[in-house]
Amino acid sequence: MTGLLASVRPDSWNLPLFIHVLGAMVLVGAVTAAVVAQLWTVAVADGDRLRRFSFRTLLFVAIPSWFVMAAGAEWIYSKEFGETEDDPTWIGIGFITREVGGLLLLISVICAGIASRKSKSGLARASGIIAAIALAAWVVAIWAMSAKPG
Amino acid sequence: MGFDDWILSLHVLSAFALVGAEVIFWIMIVSLWGTDSTGRVASLMRVSQVGTVLVSVGSVGTIVFGVWLAISLDAYKLWDGWVIAAIILWAIAVELGRRGGQGYGAAGMEAQRLAQAGTETSPVVAETFRASRAFQFHTVSSVLILLLLIDMIWKPGA
Repeated sequence: MTGLLASVRPDSWNLPLFIHVLGAMVLVGAVTAAVVAQLWTVAVADGDRLRRFSFRTLLFVAIPSWFVMAAGAEWIYSKEFGETEDDPTWIGIGFITREVGGLLLLISVICAGIASRKSKSGLARASGIIAAIALAAWVVAIWAMSAKPG
Repeated sequence: MGFDDWILSLHVLSAFALVGAEVIFWIMIVSLWGTDSTGRVASLMRVSQVGTVLVSVGSVGTIVFGVWLAISLDAYKLWDGWVIAAIILWAIAVELGRRGGQGYGAAGMEAQRLAQAGTETSPVVAETFRASRAFQFHTVSSVLILLLLIDMIWKPGA
């Protein structure tokens, strides 16, 4: 079965799917920008500036977009699987990566905030690595959501 | 999982790369809005390089795998209205995005060169990082990509 994105679905599913996908796309873009800024500092002099950039990106773009993605996910889930008890594998992958990724994102933002305020490069690097792990999990989720294994 | 499922997955991953890159560029534009500091612009060049790679991969991937799916899947035809609309939106968005990127790229290179030479401000940078032609191209390109996403999800006429 080729997935939900390629199929013609009931009209009432389109808006929640759009919100879910758009939120996820903004989330992936924002976290990518933050990870690159935290982990790929060329000049030491740029450190403070990039730590601030990364923290603000995570706080003001990534966190809100995570909530938009999650709200869209719940909405489309209630329409598509509202009455069923057994979820397919790809839904399980989506839920796990959403929740664990959200927790990692929160930890990453806290680390980035402290690193930005106190100019701690080690903590900034830790924030970048944690956010990169969340990003990798979400790439797996994108694959699962579209290819729908199981 | 069938072969078409893998192609759809690559198509969607490409779309995430494309829109993700647009988001990266928007974050940079907002962050650098109104600046004339060469150092501030130069420090974000690595981020913009990653955005450039993502937008290239995303642009090519969406169209190649998208056309592949339109040909491969029985439910759709390449000449369906929403598929033609998507191809036109994609072509205009990519071209406008390329033009916007040229403007920002030139200002970024200039900022990097001046920052290395010890010059702290630049009128070219100040001109570019506000409502410049590059900004207008980027804005229209982003709106078209949003319409493209709406077209992909709603599939009008399908």
